[in-house]
Amino acid sequence: MSIDTQQISDLAREIRIQILHTIKGAGMGHIGGDFSVTDILATLFGSVLNVDPKDPNKSDRDRLILSKGHAAVALYSTLALRGFFPVEDLKTFAQPLSKLNGHPNRNKVPGVESNTGPLGHGFPIAVGTAIGAQLAKNGSRSFVIMGDGELQEGSNWEAAMFAGHRKLTNLIAVIDRNGFQQGSPTSKTNELDPLDKKFESFGWEVRVVGGHDYAALHKALTDPQTKPRAVIAQTTKGKGVDFMEGKAEWHHKVPSAEQYEAALLQLGQQ
Amino acid sequence: MSEKMEEFDNRIIFAKTLIALANEDPKIVVVCNDSVGSSNLTEFRDLFPDRLIDVGIAEQNMVGVAAGLANAGFTTFVCAAAPFLTGRALEQIKADVVYTRTNVKLCGMSPGIAYGELGPTHHSIEDIAWMRALDSLPIVLPADEAQTAEAVRWAANMVGPVFMRIGRYKVPSVSHGQSPAFIPNKAMRIIDGSDVTIIATGTLVSRAVAAAAELKVEGISARVINLSTVSPLDTAEILAAAKETKAIITAEESVTRGGIGGAIAEFIVQNHPVPMKLMGIDTFAPTGSTTFLLEHFGLTADSIVASARELLKHGK
Repeated sequence: MSIDTQQISDLAREIRIQILHTIKGAGMGHIGGDFSVTDILATLFGSVLNVDPKDPNKSDRDRLILSKGHAAVALYSTLALRGFFPVEDLKTFAQPLSKLNGHPNRNKVPGVESNTGPLGHGFPIAVGTAIGAQLAKNGSRSFVIMGDGELQEGSNWEAAMFAGHRKLTNLIAVIDRNGFQQGSPTSKTNELDPLDKKFESFGWEVRVVGGHDYAALHKALTDPQTKPRAVIAQTTKGKGVDFMEGKAEWHHKVPSAEQYEAALLQLGQQ
Repeated sequence: MSEKMEEFDNRIIFAKTLIALANEDPKIVVVCNDSVGSSNLTEFRDLFPDRLIDVGIAEQNMVGVAAGLANAGFTTFVCAAAPFLTGRALEQIKADVVYTRTNVKLCGMSPGIAYGELGPTHHSIEDIAWMRALDSLPIVLPADEAQTAEAVRWAANMVGPVFMRIGRYKVPSVSHGQSPAFIPNKAMRIIDGSDVTIIATGTLVSRAVAAAAELKVEGISARVINLSTVSPLDTAEILAAAKETKAIITAEESVTRGGIGGAIAEFIVQNHPVPMKLMGIDTFAPTGSTTFLLEHFGLTADSIVASARELLKHGK
């Protein structure tokens, strides 16, 4: 698939605006991590994934598993804008009995592949969908998006070891490397670097790319593979709104009325 | 007791049934954790090398990979020692399999105290309580060869998660050619009786049958229910037992807190209270073989008989 970066940029801007509306409306959400992963989701859904909103369960679809399930609003906004369900439904996020829970539910939301939320779950599942696609010989590719802090969970390294062992060339793990976990920088909590060498030692090819650079992301997500590939996407938590960028407090803070207006203005002008 | 009956390791028929199913359906795959030998899967692996995915010693990855394979359209059997499957991967079972409702069949091999002398780290007495706590997860405990074969076939043909225990401790047939030996969602009444009901699972079923025979000699009419499906609970059959007999004994190779005893007691106390005795394994076991430990914990025909006498004495 060729890439029209303007088109992806437009989609990303719309996603961020929906995230802002949705979190402001609900009075809850993980806005910092939503904004850091937005450009990755926009690139995937805008130019990479073989998925069909009219047939969300077609057997040969590509699988995108959002392991950092707390970025549910970013996923919901992307899916809605891509036609998996009405954008209008985003207003129900976190409301009583809404299909749009704080973490995604495959059985309620078209386009969601697994009920993620507890960290360290998506990676093994993506290894399973990748092996399944090889058995089915249907050309389906598997993508998993993880937060960087999430890589402190040991289950990810079980999955990485096994994917490397099986040389899964239809699997890409994207790490949203925003450098923060809930409470503080990952480097202060439990250092992940050298992350590239860790993946390489597990039998992976590693690409370190700008996580807000559509062309670089697209290339890393579509180049032919001879191994499973880790895309370390260097992102900024809260990306797109200057007063949120790189601030741990915006992990799950809700903007005030003034902050909302200021953020909307910034996003609209991008 | 009477003459020694022939006894069977249920893992043998389990593997045979899986192979038969895999021959019929290319969508059947198996995921395991370096457990090809202990799950008796060597022949399956030789016949279907691509469809046996051995993740190595990594239970969280094992269950996640199984959920992914199910997402990719496969009917996925996970075969792993019950303590490690249910203990190590409990959150993957909860979120990736049960909450997501993936088509994964969780087969807890060598459950209960099957690993005897290896001790409590290798015993799986908590699994039923843990699995029962999960929303709408069918829990199936085949008691003999015939039930194992039919239950595995049923699990393969229904869409959705299942937890089943596949025993290694040799047990005699309790189905005696009865067909079907296993009925989904049903408690199997294998002996009728009117004084006391013994509700047993797995290895305890043949012991309950033996107890009923001993009680009969004493003039006590014991009903025996093989609770081969714990969830969903066959409430009609349990209610009938409470109404038609004077007392209920439960016998299981697991903790009664949240186990079979817990399941029956929860229902009975809210619907038709009768005197009950819960027999199981509620402490970490000391060193000993499975046979020794079953006796140590009073999980024998004689102990069931004694419990019945005691309950009926109080009931009068």
